[in-house]
Amino acid sequence: MPINYYLFLSLALFSIGMVGVLTRRNAIIIFMCIELMLNAVNLLLVAFSKMHHLKNLATSATAGTDGQLFVFFIMVVAAAEVSVGLAIIVMMYRNIHSVDIQFLNRLKH
Amino acid sequence: MAMLSFPNIAYLIPLLPLLGFLVNGLLRNQLSHRAIALIGSGVMALAFGISLLVFYHVPAGAPTILTAFDFIRIGELQIPFAFQLDALSSLFLLIITGIGFLIHVYSSAYMHEESASHYGRYFAYLNLFVFSMLLLVMGANYVILFIGWEGVGLCSYLLIGYWFRNPAYSQAANKAFVMNRIGDLAFLIAIFWLIARTGSVSFTDLPMAIGTVGQSAKLSSLDITGITLLLFIGATGKSAQIPLYTWLPDAMAGPTPVSALIHAATMVTAGIYMIARSNLLYTAAPLVLSIIAIIGVATALLAATIALRQNDIKKVLAYSTVSQLGFMFLALGSGAYVAAVFHVMTHAFFKALLFLGSGSVIHAMSGEQDIRKMGGLKKSLPITYWTFLIGCVAIAGIFPFSGFFSKDAILLSAFLKSPIFYVIALFTALLTAFYMFRLFFLTFGGSFRGTEEQHHHLHESPAAMTIPLVVLAILSIVGGWVGIPEVLMHGGDRLVAFLSPVIPVSSGHEISHATEYMLMGLSTGLVLLSILFAWNKYKQYRAEESDNSFARLLENKWYVDELYQAAIVQPLHKLGGWIRSVFEPKVADGAIQGIGRSVRYLSQQFRLIQNGQTGNYALWMVIGIVVILSVQFFLRK
Amino acid sequence: MNVTPYIFWFLSVLALFSALMMVTSRNPVYSVLWLIGTFFAISGHYILLNAQFLAVVNIIVYAGAIMVLFLFVIMLMNLNRETEPQKNRWLKFIGALAGGCLLLVLVAALKDAELKSQQAMVGGGSIGLIKVLGKELFTRYVVPFEISSLLFLSAMIGAAVIGKKENSQTLNS
Repeated sequence: MPINYYLFLSLALFSIGMVGVLTRRNAIIIFMCIELMLNAVNLLLVAFSKMHHLKNLATSATAGTDGQLFVFFIMVVAAAEVSVGLAIIVMMYRNIHSVDIQFLNRLKH
Repeated sequence: MAMLSFPNIAYLIPLLPLLGFLVNGLLRNQLSHRAIALIGSGVMALAFGISLLVFYHVPAGAPTILTAFDFIRIGELQIPFAFQLDALSSLFLLIITGIGFLIHVYSSAYMHEESASHYGRYFAYLNLFVFSMLLLVMGANYVILFIGWEGVGLCSYLLIGYWFRNPAYSQAANKAFVMNRIGDLAFLIAIFWLIARTGSVSFTDLPMAIGTVGQSAKLSSLDITGITLLLFIGATGKSAQIPLYTWLPDAMAGPTPVSALIHAATMVTAGIYMIARSNLLYTAAPLVLSIIAIIGVATALLAATIALRQNDIKKVLAYSTVSQLGFMFLALGSGAYVAAVFHVMTHAFFKALLFLGSGSVIHAMSGEQDIRKMGGLKKSLPITYWTFLIGCVAIAGIFPFSGFFSKDAILLSAFLKSPIFYVIALFTALLTAFYMFRLFFLTFGGSFRGTEEQHHHLHESPAAMTIPLVVLAILSIVGGWVGIPEVLMHGGDRLVAFLSPVIPVSSGHEISHATEYMLMGLSTGLVLLSILFAWNKYKQYRAEESDNSFARLLENKWYVDELYQAAIVQPLHKLGGWIRSVFEPKVADGAIQGIGRSVRYLSQQFRLIQNGQTGNYALWMVIGIVVILSVQFFLRK
Repeated sequence: MNVTPYIFWFLSVLALFSALMMVTSRNPVYSVLWLIGTFFAISGHYILLNAQFLAVVNIIVYAGAIMVLFLFVIMLMNLNRETEPQKNRWLKFIGALAGGCLLLVLVAALKDAELKSQQAMVGGGSIGLIKVLGKELFTRYVVPFEISSLLFLSAMIGAAVIGKKENSQTLNS
């Protein structure tokens, strides 16, 4: 497939995630949107790794593995991030009985 | 030992005083009086010895150029840090280090009452001054010369303001500095002009610049006139000519040996040296030469008239210096560069002698400088008396003292330039003889007019002070014998021959021997008459009546200081006052406060954006990304 | 007949649709479910690109573990109703506009990139296989791999510390 297709698909997914971040108030949904954006990037990385592989097929059998390993590490980090992030959201809910980010306006002070 | 032979040894000449400056300056709190004097004078003695060596080795033909390192290199322009050793610079080296050494020795006794740290400071300044002066005369291009030029200006400031606790002295130092700056600016512009037109500032490239060696000139006649005029303005600042001379009499605020060293023997001759060094350029600019001659003769006459009615012993000598410098510029303007250099040399001898003699007098009088309160010092100060007399005779120009030969050469050149110059110069020479002997008779003749206490304290100065006086007195007598005119002794004018590699011998204005004898006889006779007149008038002191307005005019130095004050200083003060009272609070403060206020107002508005909502920040971030990307995107197109 | 393009288009449409539904759903539980759908579509893309390892990991880690975690939290907070207060209509519009602009600018910027003729290898190549990736992971990337275990450990501790109930908390705003 032409790499452009993957590129634009990823951009579209990324932008949808961005719109979600900007329009929703629920912290959990926003968090999910961020996960979506991460996945959009992952998809693009895999697509590029395959492009790289195809391009260097003649000289190297393993060209492009780096990209896929990056995706792997991104997933690892995302998992860690989710665990901490959800813990924060739970704590926030426990304290203010809401997950509405409108109440998180302490940055002003 | 390649380093310690000619010409490399010449590097030591400026380095030694620099070393003395560093040691005395940095360790002035640790060293004793004796050590400081030993270091200060010792480096000068060594430098003088090396200068003698250089003087005897200096080649008769092309100059020896010593390049230490590349000082400035920008594109095509190359300015090496180089020294030039030739007849002219080696002669000046001898004068500077020789007289400098004598004055250092003299100072060691004269300044002995200063505390050790001030004593060290004094010698450090003196050494730094000599270092700068040596740079000035040894530099192989205008930039190195300018470094020395600025250096002597700085040292002059430091030494005039040596007793900086006295506000009047600090004022005098400021005045000297500011006056010098005016000239320096013109000098700098001249250097820039030269670089812009020829791309070189080396003296050895000057013939190429004016195109005397066959190829076309790099400088047009307008360029040459402009450059030489600007250089001359620079020289008027340093060498105290009209209109920038007023700093020199005030510079007498410094210690007397400083006056002798800087304001008589060396620094003020820097302008003469510079013009003599640039003689090729000046010869190509006859208009500027005429201007120089006019300024020179006018300065000589003006300063001589002022000196007639001054009562401060040092002020008289200061004005006589200005007057003698005027003579030298007259010689330069008449194209007699050798005569000017000759007079620099002889003047250095007898003026240093006179200043040091006056220092001896002041020392004996416990700081009194007013000649109306002296008199009859002949008995108490025999050595000073005799040496001072020799100095006066020399400056008056009586055969066979040194002043006679150099002054005669100048008068002769003035006569060849124009009889009007000659008449004025001769008249000025008469005035010189008159005021010098007025000073002499008032100081040493008659009876003592000071207080009883001063009379009690009168004493001859110590040997460290009298020996330099004696040496200078001998030099004042014999110093002129290197330039005996052709008419008196065949081949007697050795100076012209010696300087011929630097200053081409001009010919074609031969005058008959009879005329020359007549001119000499005329000047000598008139000078003797003038001295007689002074003796008649001042052998017995009586209070000078200054009721007539001309005398008052002279006593107040033609009101030149007041004129400058009213024409330049006052308007500047007014402008400053206006800026302080109107411009500063209204415009400058307003602008600054306005900036502050508008920033505060804007930030108060922008603060509202910061509402603490996380979502908003994300939104702004996205907008920012969009803007940056689109800017980059559209700019790339 | 080559079915790859059809699969590609199907998966792409599915992913975009699910993503849109995820963003627009009022009920958080539905959002989670739509997101899982998106992840499945992306995993499908991975399989199409012969990145089998990542496809499997994506399903296990993301669609499985992470999204279940989300679901748990939502259930825990009793948010499975349409209780979320809605943002101001204008703010929503501006947010959507900003996101749209971002897409527009990115597409405009990348449309002329030097990638037109480049192809992604579909359905072939061995680099996505566990064998190849595993070898790389345990040779060249062994240090980052080990460090990521430390990251997990600290995330675990962090989550436990943050999530611990404290009596003295008075963070009422």
